[in-house]
Amino acid sequence: MTGFSTTHPTLGKSGFAFLLTDRGGKILLALLLAAIIIVPILNLAVPPSSPFHISTFMVSLFGKYLCYALLALSVDLIWGFCGILSLGHGAFFALGGYAMGMYLMRQIGTRGVYANPVLPDFMVFLNWKELPWTWYGFDMFWFAMIMVLVVPGILAFAFGWLAFRSRVTGVYLSIITQALTYALLLAFFRNDMGFGGNNGLTDFKDLLGFNVQTDGMRVTLFVLTAIFLAASYILCRFIVSSRLGRVLIAIRDAESRTRFLGYRVANYQTFVFVISAMLAGIAGALYVPQIGIINPSEFAPANSIEIVIWVAIGGRGTLYGAVLGAILVNYGKSYFTGALPEAWLYMLGALFVLVTIFLPKGVVGAWPTIKARLAERLLSSKPKLEAAE
Amino acid sequence: MNALLAQVDKKDTILYLDGVSRAFDGYKAINSLSFYVLAGELRAIIGPNGAGKTTMMDIVTGKTKPDVGQVIFDGNVDLTKLDEARIANLGIGRKFQKPTVFESHTVFDNLELALAGDRGVFASLFFKLGERKDLIENTLETIALTDARDRIAGSLSHGQKQWLEIGMLLMQEPDLLLVDEPAAGMTDAETAATAELLKRIAGKRSVVVVEHDMEFVRSLESKVTVLHEGSVLAEGSLDKVQADERVIEVYLGR
Repeated sequence: MTGFSTTHPTLGKSGFAFLLTDRGGKILLALLLAAIIIVPILNLAVPPSSPFHISTFMVSLFGKYLCYALLALSVDLIWGFCGILSLGHGAFFALGGYAMGMYLMRQIGTRGVYANPVLPDFMVFLNWKELPWTWYGFDMFWFAMIMVLVVPGILAFAFGWLAFRSRVTGVYLSIITQALTYALLLAFFRNDMGFGGNNGLTDFKDLLGFNVQTDGMRVTLFVLTAIFLAASYILCRFIVSSRLGRVLIAIRDAESRTRFLGYRVANYQTFVFVISAMLAGIAGALYVPQIGIINPSEFAPANSIEIVIWVAIGGRGTLYGAVLGAILVNYGKSYFTGALPEAWLYMLGALFVLVTIFLPKGVVGAWPTIKARLAERLLSSKPKLEAAE
Repeated sequence: MNALLAQVDKKDTILYLDGVSRAFDGYKAINSLSFYVLAGELRAIIGPNGAGKTTMMDIVTGKTKPDVGQVIFDGNVDLTKLDEARIANLGIGRKFQKPTVFESHTVFDNLELALAGDRGVFASLFFKLGERKDLIENTLETIALTDARDRIAGSLSHGQKQWLEIGMLLMQEPDLLLVDEPAAGMTDAETAATAELLKRIAGKRSVVVVEHDMEFVRSLESKVTVLHEGSVLAEGSLDKVQADERVIEVYLGR
């Protein structure tokens, strides 16, 4: 997981030289590009009767996995490279999701049950006469999209500024991130917060004038998610390949040494925490129109812990490992919650324990070992053959 | 004013401590400590365990704030008001007692991270090494790690790590180096080479070495300050302080 610190992309000539040495990243980007091209064709152009057809349900399901992959990527950026174990990243994801959800709510307009042109249904139900100030501007797409970045970003900045400046690190930081997401969970449950309370935001109609339920829109959202995941991956790889990335690893491995070299550790931690929170916000914003609902359960502390498990299973500190882990675990979750619903949480727990003990560098980190063993076996079988002759 | 400090003009000093005290839970780790180091000087600081050597370094580098007293760098900068990063950027480098390098970075990257320059977040994000690669190559030669430039620092021997850390200090281009037990865990040959290296560095820069190993201190051929219970017990050449009755008493516990 540390091999990436040895690359010197800055010595390269092209602006994207930092990607050339990143084999896992190139594979990931190639797969995403393939998905962007093939999935729309197999869903829209191939008839449902064909065995090659991908149903819209599957498209949305994989769109959801890619949102989780982006969320895992954001956690790996801070945990894998800077040693910040956030157990509250679900909060930033949910805030991004709420920002998108609020835009979608305002698009419903008079098509709601109460047909109020301004107020969403739940506000009419609560007998509210006016739109709360927190909802101002969310009828405009550009404003909502800025809020997708700004709200998680500002929260992360305020939180990081206070925590990192006071040199709160390690397990203490993890605990307060849990408290942060739990506090938001409780707050968003309250009806008078004005975000739909327990039920959250749902019954979305359209996004930029396009119906979110159509196959075309589902595929578009999938493609957008894949594009955002690829772009975010490139951004993260650029960050960790720069000198800033080397400083982050330095902070992770020897924080006080870094400080005595003259680096303002708290500034670096805050910077990367804010970037990570914004990526989580984007993931949430892409998630909500594909799932069709956002409610306070997204703030549940257990969700945030699950993200860390995806990253650990995939391989911490590799970026592409986080993407792989998120997709593998969530695919497993979809499969096993169907087949053995009561066993899934035990399986996830067991998986986490086993990976921690036997594959400390995750699935991605185990690959070189597996390859070496295979090569060894091939080599050792050769002399036997010769001896047999 | 302290008798020792009366001998010197503050302007000629690189480091000037006047009446510095620091207590931890009532225990005075540093007790009205006063001494100075001249610009370009090589100074050895010795003293039994608990004499306050490490606390003194913590105070100079901003890790610990003194309860009272003045800590002046370069004749006019009050260090007690500044944090670690600011002090490091002013030109004070510190080597820890336990060699501390970035274990998962290569030797080259360790030095590159220590390279003097803008330490800001965005400067780091768009950093280009360019010509300064030569500075790193030069330092690699100085610390005899040219062949190990692409090795992961965690795989170096103890002595090599010590040298790498000294190399990182040099990359910072500090005016003052604080070096905590550089010879610890080194072979005799390495110890002798380290003494030579520190003597070469001094002159252009000021070097303060905290050390237990008397042979090593002798080979530095420098002025020696003996600390005891948080203040200066004796100062002078090694022969002079070793002959000092109080020093013998403290060291041999007579």
